[in-house]
Amino acid sequence: MRARDIPLSAWIGMAGIAIVIIAVLFAPLLAPHGEREIVGDIWQPVGGDFLLGTDNLGRDLLSRLIYGARTTVSVALAATVLSFSLGMILSFTAAVVRGWTDQGLSRLNDLLMSIPTLIFALVVLAVLPQKMWILVLVMAVLDSTRVFRLGRAVATDIAVMDFVEAARVRGEGTIWIIFREILPNALSPLLAEFGLRFAFAVLFLSTLSFLGLGIQPPAADWGGMVKDNKDGIIFGVPAALIPGGAIAALAICVNLVVDWLLNRTTSLKGGRG
Amino acid sequence: MAELLTVKNLTIGATSYPPGEPPKDITIVDGVSFTIEKGRVLGLIGESGAGKSTIGLAALAYGRGGVRITGGTVELDGTELTGLKRSGLRRVRGAKVCYVAQSAAAAFNPAHKLGDQIIEAALRHGILDEAAARKRATELFGVLSLPDPETFGDRYPHQVSGGQLQRAMTVMALLPSPDLIVFDEPTTALDVTTQIDVLAAIKHAIETTHTAAIYVTHDLAVVAQIADDIMVLRHGKTVEYGTAEKIITRPDETYTRDLVSVRSITHPEAKDQSDRLLSIERVDAGYGRIQVLEEVSVHLPKGQTLAVVGESGSGKSTLARVITGLLPPSSGTVRFKGEALPAALSGRSREQLRQIQMIYQMADTAMNPRHTIGQIIGRPLTFYFGLRGAKKRERVQELLDHIELGKGFIDRYPAELSGGQKQRVAIARAIAAEPELILCDEPTSALDPLVADGILKLLLRLQEETHVSYVFITHDIATVRAIADSVAVMFKGRVVRFGPKSDVLAPPFDDYTDLLLKSVPEMRLGWLEEVLSERKMAAAGN
Repeated sequence: MRARDIPLSAWIGMAGIAIVIIAVLFAPLLAPHGEREIVGDIWQPVGGDFLLGTDNLGRDLLSRLIYGARTTVSVALAATVLSFSLGMILSFTAAVVRGWTDQGLSRLNDLLMSIPTLIFALVVLAVLPQKMWILVLVMAVLDSTRVFRLGRAVATDIAVMDFVEAARVRGEGTIWIIFREILPNALSPLLAEFGLRFAFAVLFLSTLSFLGLGIQPPAADWGGMVKDNKDGIIFGVPAALIPGGAIAALAICVNLVVDWLLNRTTSLKGGRG
Repeated sequence: MAELLTVKNLTIGATSYPPGEPPKDITIVDGVSFTIEKGRVLGLIGESGAGKSTIGLAALAYGRGGVRITGGTVELDGTELTGLKRSGLRRVRGAKVCYVAQSAAAAFNPAHKLGDQIIEAALRHGILDEAAARKRATELFGVLSLPDPETFGDRYPHQVSGGQLQRAMTVMALLPSPDLIVFDEPTTALDVTTQIDVLAAIKHAIETTHTAAIYVTHDLAVVAQIADDIMVLRHGKTVEYGTAEKIITRPDETYTRDLVSVRSITHPEAKDQSDRLLSIERVDAGYGRIQVLEEVSVHLPKGQTLAVVGESGSGKSTLARVITGLLPPSSGTVRFKGEALPAALSGRSREQLRQIQMIYQMADTAMNPRHTIGQIIGRPLTFYFGLRGAKKRERVQELLDHIELGKGFIDRYPAELSGGQKQRVAIARAIAAEPELILCDEPTSALDPLVADGILKLLLRLQEETHVSYVFITHDIATVRAIADSVAVMFKGRVVRFGPKSDVLAPPFDDYTDLLLKSVPEMRLGWLEEVLSERKMAAAGN
């Protein structure tokens, strides 16, 4: 794999992600002002004393955007990784073991999916204490139902292949079959789903924050910033569009990279996609 | 006689996109020339990748995928096809030149009735009106001896058998009375007993309609029955081109001679039946309520080969699944070295599992495409013997040398290997476990004849060296002759004949074995006529 073989789109995606990661890691060094510090008038225009202007309370928008990347990206990433681990392990187990295990897990999954995600999240988060890890857990569990559906469909296809049968005949255990025989072959579709799910997680977190159940103020997060500044749109203040644009840009960047990875893994030695 | 199709210096190319490298143009067919006169049949023969199907499709000026004609001329009845625009080609395809695909099951649309699909091309081209087309279809159903010609067209593709579908497709090709029909391996996917009927039907249809044909196949014995001329192809180039009689009886080139003499392996039968390794006693098995095996009893002495023969659906592969423990039998026992094996896989010890290994028909799907060859062969070594690191690698290389693959393969992926090489790796994986018994489920049926020969020789050599026993599942009698010591013939889930090879393959036969043996194409001219006239005599005698 040489650098010049990587397409431009992937480079753009990786650059975008790199910028976000740098912001996440070095937020206190990069931000010109504090996260909660009121530094001027409300809704000052872009480009004046403050690079991106100020928000509805007069805080520096750029600083909040950089701090917001921390919470938004880390919570969304943690939730997505957790939901994938959960969904994949359970779905692969269901596909390999079959029988009652499969029935039990699949019906439980149907049950969870039958309740509208947002309403479910609102009810649960309203009842439980407002802690970051609870938020991550709720998002992960709700998202894992989608992963389970996809994972089971992919894994049942692979589980009937001769090489899986060969492994069974050799006497391999379920763990080996799941992680060594099925997982490498299911990676491509799951990777694509991961990019998409991560983008959704950012959006979902933003939705929750917008409704007041996600990240609690005064901590900054991108969705919450949109909410704080939404009234400005009526007066022609673009402050709400900046965090909104950041969410969109991150989602696109992640998907550009995933698309490239997907191309690479599906063409990998002509293996199945 | 007038020349119908003249192909001169045909060159066909495509662009390939190897991962991590710039795209490059490759040549699939290189400077091939031939002519076909009206009413004559040209056989194109070669192994996979020889470009034979591509040449067949070039007669329709069609390139599959990114394939395109890069040079030479294809002249049909005075019209140059390579320069024609789409509208011109449309007038030719389906009207003057028709195509019969390898897999009729995949080529028919399952949502429409056969009759409607068969007459479609003739209607579109305005050659016949609907009533006339249906009438001709009915006639042709009769010519190809399809059941109930009057109502056959009302059926859907899933309601008829594979052999009937292939004949229906031939009807579709014959219906517009084309000048030329291209048959692309029309019998390759069929059982031998079905193949002979389809061959006879095609031959009869060609004779009665006086159409010309290109017949593409990898089986020289099949093409010898149908073709007037034969062209042998290899790597896109013509190896030899001449009349069928000359190619079969007096081939000039070494490669052609190899093809003619293929399957000439002989294996003397072992007589000693005393030391029983495997015995299957009155086994019944099935899936759910469907019973597949009924009272199957066979046995196999140590160091010998038991061939299980039968057509698809006869229960051969199910028997293998019973032996491996994937499908516990509903009654009966499988004894291994005198002891009854636990019926289910989960009840067997690792040692019991090690002693029985399996080789699959499709090496492609039998190996994890994401594992390297080293990982694939190395896993049984770690799993059964606890070998790791350098020792394991050394042993894997030893096994690779043993199967004649040598260095440079250990870190490759299965997709980078050819079909024959993949099957060799699968064999190495099986012998890595040092088993006493290997179940071979049609390991050579997806391979070209010469490659299959190599695999059979390898299996025989391994047997001599390690005294491993084989249960060899196949539908090919020639393979049985080549490797078996004893033979079990299966028909509809029962063993109809079982014993030493010399007894089973010698008269007096039961009806099914007789049919099976007589259906295997022989490498000589006039074989098909002989079999057909024999059948007629038998029918008249009854």
